[in-house]
Amino acid sequence: MKFLLRLLILSIVMPVEAAGQEFVLKDSCPPSFELRDSGCYLVSRYQFYDSLQNRGVGGTQTGLPEYRDGFSPQQIDLGRYLFFDPILSRDGSLSCASCHQPDKGFSDGQARSIGIDGQVTRRGAPSLWNVAFLKRLFWDARADSLEEQALGPLFAPDEMANTPLQLMQAMESSEHYPALFAQAYPQTAEPLSLENLTHALAAFQSSLVSLNSRYDRYALGHHQALSEEEIAGMNVYRSFVARCAECHTPPLFTNQQVAVIGSPEPEGLPLDVGAEKTFNAAKLKGGFKVPSLRNIVRTAPYMHSGRFDSLREAVEFYTKGRGHAVPDGVQMQIHWHIWEPQLTEQEIDDIVTFLDALTDESLMPSIPGRLPSGLAAVHDNSNNKHNPPREHSDE
Amino acid sequence: MSKGKLLALVLIVAAFFAGRYFFATGPVQMTDSRGGASYGGNQEATADGERRSGSLVRGIHMAPMTGQVHEVRAGEKIMDTVKLAQSGDTIHVYPGTYSETVYIDKDNIRLVGIIEEGQRATLDGKGHLNDAILYSGNDIVVENFLITKYKGNAIMGQAGNNFEIRNNIIVDTGVYGIFPQLGKNGIVTHNVISGIEDAAIYVGMSDNIHVAHNHVFDSVAGIEIENSRHAIVENNFVTNNTGGILAFITPGLPVKTTYDVIIRNNFIVGNNHKNFAAPGSTVAGIPPGTGILIMAADEVVVEGNIISDNKTAGIIITDHNNAPNTTIDPESDPAPDKVAILDNLMSNNGYDSIDEVKALMLTEFKTGKVDIVRVGVSRDSCIINRHQYVTVGVDKWAECGFTHTGDVLTYLLDEPVPPREIDPAEAGKVAYLGICAGCHTYTGRMIGPPVQVIQALYMDDPQGLADYIANPVKKRDDYPQMPPQDYLDPATRLAVAEYMLSVTK
Repeated sequence: MKFLLRLLILSIVMPVEAAGQEFVLKDSCPPSFELRDSGCYLVSRYQFYDSLQNRGVGGTQTGLPEYRDGFSPQQIDLGRYLFFDPILSRDGSLSCASCHQPDKGFSDGQARSIGIDGQVTRRGAPSLWNVAFLKRLFWDARADSLEEQALGPLFAPDEMANTPLQLMQAMESSEHYPALFAQAYPQTAEPLSLENLTHALAAFQSSLVSLNSRYDRYALGHHQALSEEEIAGMNVYRSFVARCAECHTPPLFTNQQVAVIGSPEPEGLPLDVGAEKTFNAAKLKGGFKVPSLRNIVRTAPYMHSGRFDSLREAVEFYTKGRGHAVPDGVQMQIHWHIWEPQLTEQEIDDIVTFLDALTDESLMPSIPGRLPSGLAAVHDNSNNKHNPPREHSDE
Repeated sequence: MSKGKLLALVLIVAAFFAGRYFFATGPVQMTDSRGGASYGGNQEATADGERRSGSLVRGIHMAPMTGQVHEVRAGEKIMDTVKLAQSGDTIHVYPGTYSETVYIDKDNIRLVGIIEEGQRATLDGKGHLNDAILYSGNDIVVENFLITKYKGNAIMGQAGNNFEIRNNIIVDTGVYGIFPQLGKNGIVTHNVISGIEDAAIYVGMSDNIHVAHNHVFDSVAGIEIENSRHAIVENNFVTNNTGGILAFITPGLPVKTTYDVIIRNNFIVGNNHKNFAAPGSTVAGIPPGTGILIMAADEVVVEGNIISDNKTAGIIITDHNNAPNTTIDPESDPAPDKVAILDNLMSNNGYDSIDEVKALMLTEFKTGKVDIVRVGVSRDSCIINRHQYVTVGVDKWAECGFTHTGDVLTYLLDEPVPPREIDPAEAGKVAYLGICAGCHTYTGRMIGPPVQVIQALYMDDPQGLADYIANPVKKRDDYPQMPPQDYLDPATRLAVAEYMLSVTK
């Protein structure tokens, strides 16, 4: 039933953009953003609270960490078009949304994402919900900003495989983009630039905010928002036995650190050293950025290379013994919170039940009905194929 | 003798024979000793003039609680009462055994065990429950409990400010005894804690902390101050742990610093317990026989402690690079800087030290029982009266520019961290933009009807709109039914209704 409702909602929010019409960027902010001084600023009930040392980690009523906002409505809307437009890839076969599909938690349902010419990349596409709050991007934490991050997949040979030259030529020769960039960056001498392109993508992604789940309603004081089972799961989750909350810390459900947990690669794949390379530090071999767990039920399979098909398997990994999946002969400094919690089957179930309460897609952006490049959208939006396995049927 | 008195006598006799708990007696008279009148001293003491006076650090919430007092008695669940309790309430838990996890996601609750003739309210995890008491609210007080046999922690705070944890006896509760984390302005006093496989008292990522008058023993670590600032650890009896008192920066945590920690007037005696920490934990690398361990923490002042009979060393100061079991973190400075060792009584430490320490001593042509060991980088550290001690690695330290910490009574705040006052108008705006705007725009069609249409219907009736959003009904064939917004409290619902009716674009 809810599934049908989601379809219905998606069809309602699909904006009408008749062919041949000029593109006009929105002059209003996305929901949950307030327009001030021609910038869009996030409004959230979490802004009523502080956090220790302003790090945005804590308990139920804890403030958010620093985040990106203040982009203009036009920049956000331009970013939205760019995000869904395959003109960004070398051969027009991939858009950002190919691997960050709105109906899959802005991930893609693949263990490892599929790049150009069907190439299988090394890692899974991370969800984009709440990336505005992240200090470091990519699984291995190698980018410090959304703009820097965007350059990665645009030009990686096994992802969108474009080159700066070809990309900008395509944009310049497109019918609508020069005008759209002029709308979004009126003060800039050269509105249509790679810098503004990645900035607009950052602007759009910063609008993907998910902070109004049933968990949030509980945390902000409405204790009826969670069921007894979910509260039981929350208490296992934040207990010092399971210790989930020590790294996946509220309110974002990540502490934004690199952690070496020693999770296994899919069968037959070599070890991914992760952040060891980023920081040139052997102690971080096999380390990855702690991902947020918001909308986690939408983003199976799990871990950096999608070894676990279900959330339950991913949770169970932590109970199977410290370092149990580290390949023979590999020295790994496993994170201190990975231990032998000896969770019961019931407790594992309870954690999975609780994680479902972190779902909130109320600020889902609308998908353009028509793209400025004139190309057809390429991302899978069928909404039923490859739907992530769901842990519950009560949806 | 009147009938009333006779009846009372009969009841007293019956209660005596029936046993203490058979009859639930009335609430006990609790005297709050943290405030009130002080002992004045004998007259003679003031005869020669004014005495010096100082105030003891006793509590944070000195004002009487204004809310209801609830009682929980054996056979009931504490959690049932916590669910009913409102901010400002006190919960008295009478002696008996309670086997549950108590979680407090509310502000300003006092959870008080009642001790009757030595019998305490006992939280017993029976070896399978995870944590005994878990709070995330501000202004939480937990006192007078006996807590035992949990798998995780006895008392764990996640981001509550202004906490008071006192007078608890904690025996073998797994990983930590008392673990306030991510809180500001808290006090941990007069607890007796033993048999913990990590730290008996572990203050993590917190600010403005006072840890005093605790007895911690038979644990891997006695007291640990980690990634925290402005903390005083004083007057504790710390004995027979693997390591006594630790001041750490643990790399890889979201809060990156530890500085301004005073460790003073503690008894740190005979901490030679076998290390029984979980493999891979940071404390698993602590050599048995460590009195004080300062790892990467800055501005740690050690004064007035009695540090004796710790077999590896009295005080070890190390950077991350020489510490086992630590990861690296580009955002954390690995060096313990500005450490100050003032006068301490140190005796019979380092009598059976580890090979690494002995090797360090050889580099300085020293032998014997070592009191103080510095390994790795430490900048701008200082010491006074160094001639008293056998030391390694501190010969080049400067003489400190101060000799005591007497000017610092406590780092607790003069007033508790205030609760964030939420202006109703602000609450209405934030709820409108943060929640309503997801489905409603001023003029356009989204998931719900335009705000203009709603305004036309409810312009003079904000309460009607507030009531509707708590309990919506299906109104329009062409729109999905609105989900109830009853998770907003009534005041916020009214505020958001008023705000929604006032917007003009």
